[in-house]
Amino acid sequence: MDTAGLRDLGKHIAASLSDYVHEAEVERDELVIAARADQVDRVLKFLKDDRRCRFEQLIDLCGVDWPERDPRFDVVYHLLSLSHNRRLRLKVGVNEDQPVPSAVAVYPSAGWWERETWDLYGIHFAGNPDLRRLLTDYGFDGHPLRKDFPLTGYVEVRYDSEQKRVVYEPVKLTQEFRRFDFLSPWEGASYPLPGDEKAEGEEREQ
Amino acid sequence: MSERQIRNMTVNFGPQHPAAHGVLRLVLEMDGEVVERADPHIGLLHRGTEKLIEYKTYLQAVPYFDRLDYVAPMNQEHAWALAVEALLGLEIPARAQYIRVLYSEISRIANHLMNICTMALDVGAMTPFFWGFEERERTMEFYERASGSRLHAAYFRPGGVACDLPPDLLSDIGEWNEAFPKVVDDIENVLTENRIFKQRTVDIGVLSPQEAFDWGLTGPALRGSGISWDLRRNQPYECYSDLEFGVPVGSNGDCYERYLVRMEEMRQCVKIIAQCLEKMPEGPVKVQDNKITPPSRAVMKESMEALIHHFKLYTEGYHVPAGEAYRAVEAPKGEFGVYLVADGSNRPYRCKIRAPGFAHLQVLDYMSKGHMLADTVANLASMDIVFGEIDR
Repeated sequence: MDTAGLRDLGKHIAASLSDYVHEAEVERDELVIAARADQVDRVLKFLKDDRRCRFEQLIDLCGVDWPERDPRFDVVYHLLSLSHNRRLRLKVGVNEDQPVPSAVAVYPSAGWWERETWDLYGIHFAGNPDLRRLLTDYGFDGHPLRKDFPLTGYVEVRYDSEQKRVVYEPVKLTQEFRRFDFLSPWEGASYPLPGDEKAEGEEREQ
Repeated sequence: MSERQIRNMTVNFGPQHPAAHGVLRLVLEMDGEVVERADPHIGLLHRGTEKLIEYKTYLQAVPYFDRLDYVAPMNQEHAWALAVEALLGLEIPARAQYIRVLYSEISRIANHLMNICTMALDVGAMTPFFWGFEERERTMEFYERASGSRLHAAYFRPGGVACDLPPDLLSDIGEWNEAFPKVVDDIENVLTENRIFKQRTVDIGVLSPQEAFDWGLTGPALRGSGISWDLRRNQPYECYSDLEFGVPVGSNGDCYERYLVRMEEMRQCVKIIAQCLEKMPEGPVKVQDNKITPPSRAVMKESMEALIHHFKLYTEGYHVPAGEAYRAVEAPKGEFGVYLVADGSNRPYRCKIRAPGFAHLQVLDYMSKGHMLADTVANLASMDIVFGEIDR
């Protein structure tokens, strides 16, 4: 991969969009751009139309949840330029209550990916003409890919032969979901191991 | 005569319909026989793969990828393996690369056979279905002989492949590979110049190159629209740069051209497989680092260290340095990518699966507008839809 070319392109993008783009670096042969969320449609338009960029395709759009961070979410766009044979990753940070301008006008394919991101993370895309839920059930509540959503979910469905229909019930687990902690106690487990308190307690009397 | 209100009719197509290629609920707004709007309702096969992967170690995540596009499972694992290897900074041995390419191409044939034959079935031709599925069964036998299972192989793992190929397998693949083009010829004889098949597919669902870009099409769908773009050639991974193969390109971008592209791709697969068999080097099939790949059984009987490695690997797994990577492969359906965010622990922080079918199904509404109901079926089939990867 031509890292120098990517670095040049990153500089070009950062210089041309200095008001919107605050970071452009090359990580593992991939160009990563961080931009302002409220101007992301302009940034995408530039990336699509600029002669040196020409990112014709939006390959992917997804969210990432960082519960401890402010802003909480990343919206990540993956772009592909077929004419220059290059890829680019565009990241914008957003909070729950902050809508992201929709990319549908620039890349029509963004429509479903934005619906999916809305569905799974609850990130709102302003200007998407059809922001319904996509992957989850009709009438689903919550945004399942958020880190605070439990893996087992809240409701389960079964067919009730008496009522002759599918019924929703709270999840009943026969066994608690077990999350093993495999972090090695020698490499940074933060909890005290049984017996460890002795080492840090009072010095043993001789 | 009084004025009468005419209302469009809404038709529910699926979720139980053989031409829906799985569990698609397609809500069609019809004006007579003409489709005004096609609204696919997906998610009926949503299993929360991305969420589940966040709770598994990097090795435990591999089998989930088989269950995405279950028509060509190994190509999915490949993208995962590449993404994890990118973060770990691994270079896998040459033999593993060739085995991966060999099996990627076998999967491609299996996928295209499935697609072409069910597409023919959807538009009214039954015979190719029987011929094609017989061969598909053979490819799955090769799957079984390498990995132990016909479909859910879990064979490409980060660091290489699970185990070396058994003896005689390569020569058997070679034998099959030589005979296989005959089957492609047969299917081609039945379909390519068939009047009914052409009536159902030529000039149906036309997508221009610009539309193909806008809607994020990849793979045969993009090439059918006349764009010469193949990740195996344009952004080569593994040993594809050492292999010779052609990239078939269409011109018109209709259902028929997408079919032709797939037919020709199968012939190119045969060429690649032959080259892989010829060039297959000897040597290890996985990285010789027991922190990433398990030690051999024989060594474990004697070496305490190997035993510890084995135990650690299958309980804790390995830690992947924090960072993120997007790696894509040319899966039979198009660009299949994995965007992996690692936080330095033994589990992925976030794994986004970029499925080609997702973009391909999205364009259905656009390409079916103004077509007849029966053409929607041809459109759907020509976009190669499998719900495992769309719903994830």
